[in-house]
Amino acid sequence: MAEATALPPRFQQWFAARGWAPRPHQLAMVEKGRLGRDALLIAPTGGGKTLAGFLPSLIDLTERPPRNTPAGVHTLYISPLKALAVDIERNLATPIREMGLSIVAESRTGDTGEARKQRQRLRPPDILLTTPEQLALFCAWEGARNYFADLSCVIIDEAHSLWPSKRGDLLSLGLARLRRFAPRMRRVGLSATVDDPDLVRRWLGINESPPPCGEGAGGGGVSAEPADPAPAPPPPPLPARGRGSHSVDLVLGSGGAQPIVEVLVSGGKVPWAGHTAEHAMAEIYEIIKGARTALVFVNTRFQAEFAFQELWKLNDDGLAIALHHGSLAAEQRRKVEAAMARGEIRAVVCTSTLDMGIDWGDVDLVIQLAAPKGASRMVQRIGRANHRLDEPSRAILAPANRFEYLECRAAADAILGGHLDGEPARVGTLDTLAQHVMGCACSEPFALTDLYDEVRTAGPYADLSWEDFETVIDFVSTGGYALRTYDKFRRIVPGQDGLWRARNAQAVLAHRMNVGAIVSPAMINVRIGGGKRPMGGRKVGEAEEGFFEAMTPGDTFIFAGQVWRFNSLVGADAFVTPAPDKDPKMPSWGGSKFPLSTYLAGRVRAMMHDEAEWPALPPDVQEWLGWQKVRSIIPGRDEMLLETFPHGKRFHLVCYPFEGRLAHTTLAMLLTRRLDRLGVGPLGFVANDYAVNIWSLKPMDALDLDELFAQDMLGDDLEAWLAESFLMKRAFKACALISGLIERRHPGQEKSGRQVTFSTDLIYDVLRRHQPDHLLLRCARADAATGSLDVARLGDMLARIGGGRIRHAALDHVSPFAVPIMLEIGRERAPGDAAGEMILAEAEEDLIAEAMA
Amino acid sequence: MHGVTSLAFQIGDCGGLRVEIAGTRAVLRHSGALWLEAERTMVVADLHFEKGSSYAARFGQMLPPYDTRETLDRLEREMALLSPATLVFLGDSFHDGAGEDRLPGEDRSRIAALAVGRRLVWAVGNHDADGPRALPGDVVDEARIAGLTLRHEPLPGAQPGEVAGHLHPAAKVTSGRATIRRRCFVTDGRRLVLPAFGAFTGGLNILDQAFAPLFGGPALAAALGPRRVHAVGWKSLRPD
Repeated sequence: MAEATALPPRFQQWFAARGWAPRPHQLAMVEKGRLGRDALLIAPTGGGKTLAGFLPSLIDLTERPPRNTPAGVHTLYISPLKALAVDIERNLATPIREMGLSIVAESRTGDTGEARKQRQRLRPPDILLTTPEQLALFCAWEGARNYFADLSCVIIDEAHSLWPSKRGDLLSLGLARLRRFAPRMRRVGLSATVDDPDLVRRWLGINESPPPCGEGAGGGGVSAEPADPAPAPPPPPLPARGRGSHSVDLVLGSGGAQPIVEVLVSGGKVPWAGHTAEHAMAEIYEIIKGARTALVFVNTRFQAEFAFQELWKLNDDGLAIALHHGSLAAEQRRKVEAAMARGEIRAVVCTSTLDMGIDWGDVDLVIQLAAPKGASRMVQRIGRANHRLDEPSRAILAPANRFEYLECRAAADAILGGHLDGEPARVGTLDTLAQHVMGCACSEPFALTDLYDEVRTAGPYADLSWEDFETVIDFVSTGGYALRTYDKFRRIVPGQDGLWRARNAQAVLAHRMNVGAIVSPAMINVRIGGGKRPMGGRKVGEAEEGFFEAMTPGDTFIFAGQVWRFNSLVGADAFVTPAPDKDPKMPSWGGSKFPLSTYLAGRVRAMMHDEAEWPALPPDVQEWLGWQKVRSIIPGRDEMLLETFPHGKRFHLVCYPFEGRLAHTTLAMLLTRRLDRLGVGPLGFVANDYAVNIWSLKPMDALDLDELFAQDMLGDDLEAWLAESFLMKRAFKACALISGLIERRHPGQEKSGRQVTFSTDLIYDVLRRHQPDHLLLRCARADAATGSLDVARLGDMLARIGGGRIRHAALDHVSPFAVPIMLEIGRERAPGDAAGEMILAEAEEDLIAEAMA
Repeated sequence: MHGVTSLAFQIGDCGGLRVEIAGTRAVLRHSGALWLEAERTMVVADLHFEKGSSYAARFGQMLPPYDTRETLDRLEREMALLSPATLVFLGDSFHDGAGEDRLPGEDRSRIAALAVGRRLVWAVGNHDADGPRALPGDVVDEARIAGLTLRHEPLPGAQPGEVAGHLHPAAKVTSGRATIRRRCFVTDGRRLVLPAFGAFTGGLNILDQAFAPLFGGPALAAALGPRRVHAVGWKSLRPD
């Protein structure tokens, strides 16, 4: 470990003047800098992590000898958020000014003005703070090689949020490129606590010796926490080599104080069903009153709007309670953030938009409404409270129903026990590689073999085969079609020298307009206006394209904390007028975009199974489990419970895999196809994070369940369903955008996003019929399988319950466990609608009576 | 807008819609083709052959080059069912003037074969003002068949008996939780606009003002479904 004397006097004095002592991990990072080592720092928020990342660069810049020629960029800092890059620029200014260092640190994002960008190109700052998308642009610059020749360090902030994504893929390729320009460049990663640091190290590191032979197992003597005490199958084994992680040293910050996490049982009750925790609102309001500033996290925008509305109904004290989510206009979000920084806000209801990033004010309490879905995310959210390391952060989890109670309990235990959710190792995506290849060609001519070797030094692409690489090159050049029509229109061409380059300036320009791996759905502006020819009124916010599709003029909905009447949709503008006294007709309920994590699911199954854990649960949850045991079955840890029962004129099949909503939806789609073939006449299904409910015309108790759940459902059935699936079309569109097959829309270019939607669907259909093995169809299938369909997790589940581990309860009535998912049937359709609520309330009483009778 | 009560239509065989255009009996096929049975004439509009390669040649955007054969597949399927004596392409048959030169050999032969044993008429449009050079068939500005005037671009004002393309009409309908958008025919019983037949052709919502000067009175949208045409009243339509 480094000694305090590792800091130059000027830095020691600065720490002393502030009354601080440098933390051990800050000194360790300085030491890594001196040794020229790549390093990943894992530390909780509030530990001076960012300063630890920059200290080695600040010291190095202070000590470097004067030069005759102007120096290039010394340190490149990359953050996933534009706002964070700008904020760090401000924070960095303080030590630079107070120590009197002659160091220029500037940010550069998509919002930076042209003049400043030009100046930065001519006179590079010492420290450049930017985003992954800007790095992709740098890589496509002519002259990038010279610009970055002096680069000595790259710092990746919030690395835990970047690496398992397409943005992470693109960033890893950018790092591989930078290393070609500046071979002595160090890589520094800053990360929140993760389950398996080796995966992040592998992503961050250099794979120095491409494939041939393994180099022995494990990485640099760091042992991760045992990943998963639950019976879930182990994640796919890492290739037996620690190539990337060998090159990156791990530095661990001290853990800080244990957080205080409570699960709220409001009024001693946990509801049967629901997603909003409406029952707990009054108590949550009281808790907010007792806190300085509280962050109230929810999982969906709808829940955010709902909770905000409910809290204001109770807000007799007129507390400053604000709202923050991704659909609000950017100015509105900035206003909330500024007011928080000034300490004027008592509570903010927010979605994942506040999961990471800038420190705002004095947050001393985090409330999670409805279950957190994953322990890692919850740790992040709790870290938002109390950015002083030595004081414990306080968090309250408020479950909305009984399954969620179990989940919240599991999450609280996991957080205290330090068990986080695991991620599978990352395999780089090929649509992202296609974009990078085009960028390289825009920058300078390349030789195929050189680029292949370079790409494989990036962690996620370590195992890229030459065949796949060639396929990508062919795609970038001519579209990769079996019909060789485009050989004369190549986007990149090999020259006489054998080097490949962009065909012309037009191709270069088109690429620069389309970099990045973020694909967001087309957004509709929500504006105030009415009448036949509404004029562009004030913008209230933005909503995803699908938001208004199911609405007819006259419908009312909650948005940005108010009730609005929907008037018309003109181009990319939705016109609305305030409808203050109306009961809103809610937009589609939607689910959490985060499915329940494998780890928490395992814990919930274990808690249910182990009766020794029951006495610690609230009385009504205990009673619920007890009744389930009497009326149906409590499944064993490795088993999946499946119930069949008649209800009304229908027959139901309810199973409880606990694998998250995405995997369950896929499972339900596939089961429905099979049940249809078996002549059972399935009529519909609902899926939530815990269970799947399918109803049909004929009874299903006599089916061969092992056969029904056989793993081959992921073969032909999945393929047949995927081909027609809307999810595949959406995945294809994203791949087509990222790979550069189709261009992004830019303001003023097109009237509405719909035309793009339409044409990618046409392209998808034509391509699927005429070249089903095309690269982009492969990419789309892989994305759908890992992302929106969660096929991987479904596969693990089917393997787990194979061999007779389905426990079937053939019942003549609804079971206690089935009540929540039975209630979801009606809920999707008309939430908020008064008549619908009444019907639902009656249905709920009937169901509960039936289950308990 | 008005209802469609004054417009007579009926669902015919093969999911087509039987209508009268200015007194001439016609079938609107779910493929997007117009069938004049008495004259054994099949009319299709806006094929936009080689639209994919047009993007590659002009912008370096490598859309799949399979649109021409996809369009031909559909066209040949429909012709096998109808065996027309006359086949009319209602303009914009190629996406651009050089499209004919970019045709892959196999696709070129298939187009040439369409003219074997029947009359092939190329009405020219704005994308293909000169018509084909080497491919067989008659090139015309407009054609008169069975009392109807077949031309690419609809003329403003009352044009009884006009059959046109050019606008790529599409109908959007919302019901409950789902929204669909389909290519469609539009007719008021006096004139008719055909949907685009080409594989890569998008659609213009028929509530767009471009359609306003053509249909003063009640109009009917005939939306193309996978198995039949759906008659949609004006009230059910939604703007984009």
